[in-house]
Amino acid sequence: MKLAYWPGCVSRGFTTELHGSMAIAAERLGIELVELDRANCCGAGIIAEHNQELADTLNARTFALAQQTGLAMMNICSTCQGAQSECQQRLDADSAYRAHVNEVLSGQGLAYEKGKDGWTNKNFLWVLVEDYGLDKLAEKVVRPLSGLRVGPFYGCYVVRPKERLGYDEFPERDLYLEKVIETLGGEVVEYDGARKCCGFPVITMNRETSLRQAGTHVGDAIDAGADCLVTPCPLCHLNLDMQQPEAAKVVNRDLGLAVLHLPQLVALALGAEPKELGMSKHIASTGWVEDKLSAVPA
Amino acid sequence: MATYTLKVRRYQPESGEGPYWEEFDVDLDPSLSVLDGLLQAKDRDDGSLSVRCSCRAAICGSCGMKVNGQSGLGCKTQIGEAHEAANRRNGGSEPIVVEPMGNMPVIKDLITDMESTHWTKIRRVTPWLLPHGEAPEREYVVEPESMIDITQSMACIQCGACVSSCLSMEADPDFIGPAALAKAYRFVGDPRDAETKERLHDLAHDQHGIYDCTHCFSCIDACPKGVAPMDQIMRLRRKAAEEGVDDDPNNGANHVNAFVKMIEKKGTNDEALLIQESYAPGIKGKLKPSKGAIKGLVESLPTVLRAIKTGKARSLPKLIPGVHPKLPDGAQDEVKAIYEHAEEHREEFNLYIRGEEDVEPEPEPDETKMEETA
Repeated sequence: MKLAYWPGCVSRGFTTELHGSMAIAAERLGIELVELDRANCCGAGIIAEHNQELADTLNARTFALAQQTGLAMMNICSTCQGAQSECQQRLDADSAYRAHVNEVLSGQGLAYEKGKDGWTNKNFLWVLVEDYGLDKLAEKVVRPLSGLRVGPFYGCYVVRPKERLGYDEFPERDLYLEKVIETLGGEVVEYDGARKCCGFPVITMNRETSLRQAGTHVGDAIDAGADCLVTPCPLCHLNLDMQQPEAAKVVNRDLGLAVLHLPQLVALALGAEPKELGMSKHIASTGWVEDKLSAVPA
Repeated sequence: MATYTLKVRRYQPESGEGPYWEEFDVDLDPSLSVLDGLLQAKDRDDGSLSVRCSCRAAICGSCGMKVNGQSGLGCKTQIGEAHEAANRRNGGSEPIVVEPMGNMPVIKDLITDMESTHWTKIRRVTPWLLPHGEAPEREYVVEPESMIDITQSMACIQCGACVSSCLSMEADPDFIGPAALAKAYRFVGDPRDAETKERLHDLAHDQHGIYDCTHCFSCIDACPKGVAPMDQIMRLRRKAAEEGVDDDPNNGANHVNAFVKMIEKKGTNDEALLIQESYAPGIKGKLKPSKGAIKGLVESLPTVLRAIKTGKARSLPKLIPGVHPKLPDGAQDEVKAIYEHAEEHREEFNLYIRGEEDVEPEPEPDETKMEETA
């Protein structure tokens, strides 16, 4: 399997461990990634909030760069997925609007073509379940995550709005993390926050609201007996992990729960070591997870 | 006809007891609604089971409730689909879970107090027209085209499903919320209203106003009428910026501006640089800290320091403005060219209004080919 790969900004900024882990996971899975190093930020919904056409054109450029490679596109960020799907929905809805946007891109020798050879843009989570396949994933597992209790945390942008995110065709997209955790040999922890908001979008605008959201979900997962959370979204990771000590102050309780990026969890089960996956860079200690897994040699 | 089990969260304040769950078996065609199921249970098993309803056709907005955790209208949720949703993960025969709406006090069983949250917040946004000048002798005359923009927010039936689903309000009950802000856009976008800027200033300067929405899309999925309240909130933010309302206490407008400018200059985002630029734009030239900038920067310091310590933020030099690299080999110029066009043009494509164009008809089947296949 070979894919055009948009890693997003955050995986190369504040969560470099995600970028590295995806490379390791891809190698172990046998997925070849062609990184789109000329592509631009998806706008994270913020550019669309300022000027819709600007966001649509910027993302059309990224789609066109991916289509130039002749490959389907993959991202590793729920927010990229949601922001890009939003623009793609508008671009796909109207050929005149698409032509207008493409006129701007034509000066750069680029064009976004609707449905070109069945072209898709999918988060790693969707690729894993829909294209790679859980059976094949199961075959690759060399260190089953036996006894590891994992709470899924999706990130709003791959869960809602359902009508935009392909749930008609793939109605179980909001159950995929559970399926992947089980395929890797782990145990799914049910708790209230799995499909709720981490609060990151308002961290600079309404800090207390933001941290209360993060702190509540982490606390709920701890109360449900989770050893860690796993998320396909680096922005959720920033609020759930990097801000966890601050969130603990707002919800006024001890937290201290490891939060793994999805490629880290996959790579661990495929035999990678925590150190090469950059888990020491996390703010909430991953020591407990490592101890539990060390009982299961790769 | 099939048998379904409804697991209803019940509460009677006069009993002095807390809420409890009760299951009811109902027999219905799968195409009938959860509300139909509740009414059958009320009729057959317990007349005291309380639910607010009237039209049963998703017009009146009375039967807002949560079905399997999803906020919406009981009359617009088919019982067969609700049963499938309840059993998506484990299969088998889990009951359909029915609860009163969230983010509001419960009066009895599925009846919530709409006054204390929903209506109070609606009144908060001055939900009536504020025209200037003398009133015309008869009606105000407007071009029909100029009203199209607000038809989406006018579709609201005040059911409260969006309020029930709001994840910001869950963390901050003071948030004005999706229903009231969608209603606010209905007047901000009305060509007859003369206090657009004052409205936007009011909504931006409320700390629990337009910049308190956390962009979770819950209200979009909850709304039975396609109002997409979150989209209306984003349009309020866009209008506020256009009207020059950029000094809000949440630092919302500055954050958007810093983000948009960074991508124009660099093509990708750097969170560390964004924090600095949001609070003190143009720090390299003249220092212009915004309202609350010092407080915001100081509050984010411990987090940044922890990130440097673990190596999460790539390295210290990364935190110095200007070090974040721009896109390679002329790609940044391509991004700039897009900005030049789009900032001038600013087309807003609203799918609710413009709709999806008809898919081009499939070409006529080639008869010779069909014969060959046959």
